[in-house]
Amino acid sequence: MARISLRVNGKPVLGEVEGRTLLVQFLRETLRLTGTHVGCDTSQCGACVVHVRGVPVKSCTMLALQADGAEVTTIEGLTQEGGLHPMQEAFRDNHGLQCGFCTPGMIMASVAFIRKNPDPSETEVQSGLEGNLCRCTGYRNIVISVIAGAKAMRA
Amino acid sequence: MHDFNYHRPGGLFSALEAFTRAEDAQYLAGGQTTIPVLKLRLAMPTDLIDLAGIEELQGISVSETTVTVGAMTTHAEVASSASIRDAIPALAEMAGGIGDPHVRNLGTLGGSIANNDPAADYPAAVVGLSATVHTDRRQIPGDDFFTAIFETALEEGELITRVDFPIPEAAAYSKFKNPASRFALVGVMISRGSKGVRVAVTGAGPCVFRMPGMEEALCEGFTPGALRRISVPADDLNTDIHASAEYRAHLIGVMARRALERIA
Repeated sequence: MARISLRVNGKPVLGEVEGRTLLVQFLRETLRLTGTHVGCDTSQCGACVVHVRGVPVKSCTMLALQADGAEVTTIEGLTQEGGLHPMQEAFRDNHGLQCGFCTPGMIMASVAFIRKNPDPSETEVQSGLEGNLCRCTGYRNIVISVIAGAKAMRA
Repeated sequence: MHDFNYHRPGGLFSALEAFTRAEDAQYLAGGQTTIPVLKLRLAMPTDLIDLAGIEELQGISVSETTVTVGAMTTHAEVASSASIRDAIPALAEMAGGIGDPHVRNLGTLGGSIANNDPAADYPAAVVGLSATVHTDRRQIPGDDFFTAIFETALEEGELITRVDFPIPEAAAYSKFKNPASRFALVGVMISRGSKGVRVAVTGAGPCVFRMPGMEEALCEGFTPGALRRISVPADDLNTDIHASAEYRAHLIGVMARRALERIA
């Protein structure tokens, strides 16, 4: 076991992990931050996307030890003042989710994408979300939601 | 995944030392291949040596003649580097087309070429742009680096430090993506520079290879039309559930023409 120390959603966190402990396991099982989902566990579906050092990564394909010392943001920490983030509001308003399983990853990916590309076209949103799969195939409304969320984030 | 001892050395020397001391060590770069491989227990190292803490493996620098990329530089950093976009736009575009945005934030140049996946993009850039691979102990010309499927010229414990890409007069990369994985079903990097014309193909064979026939034809005329007479044999190309060898052979011609159209 090894000790790690990191910041998760703005708060300092200490933990003990094995070498093989994945970041997503540490978030879900140790910190009980179960908003981050495990879909495929093979770095394809993007349900586990969180931000590490400010960029979106697949937390099923990163060791907890690789995040030692890092700033990590999960869906629970998207807003620190409570309430929903504009991107979360946009997904709710535009029916951007069906079963909702992929939604935390979709939203974390979208927020990171919009920070780099504040006013994207539909095509740009599609390529920005290339790393996220929706098994309900609800992509149409996801893209609409991201465009609406981008507008709200610009406001 | 079996457990292992995790190390994050702060310098090249301590990384090499940790590798030598361990019973069965493996380096960890961005982990975008290594971690899936560990999960499948295709590799079961006793010790994993994370290279993320080594400053000298990071970063991009561009001189008048050369783009130098540190081994631990991520695909996202290469794709978004203004100086690389300026010097070798084809290299930035290639990096921006690897995997997906999240994978690009972790995956690295050194990890990609050390793994030498037959469908990886970077090998086409290293060979197609006539790059040189620098390691802790020597320099390896790109042409000699990739030796067979998942095999490279690296010795036990040898560590890639950086790759030097000479700046070509013109270059383009065209890739037919596997629509599910985004790996190259076939990818072709073409460049023209002081070392002549190069055509490097990834995704089609056991590892990256050059197309001497195409290179000769393009020396006579650097246009898509110059390739019209060249047929690509399907011998020794990959066949799998995604595409037959014949289909891949056809795609080599199509991707090569598309790359040239983007240069013209």
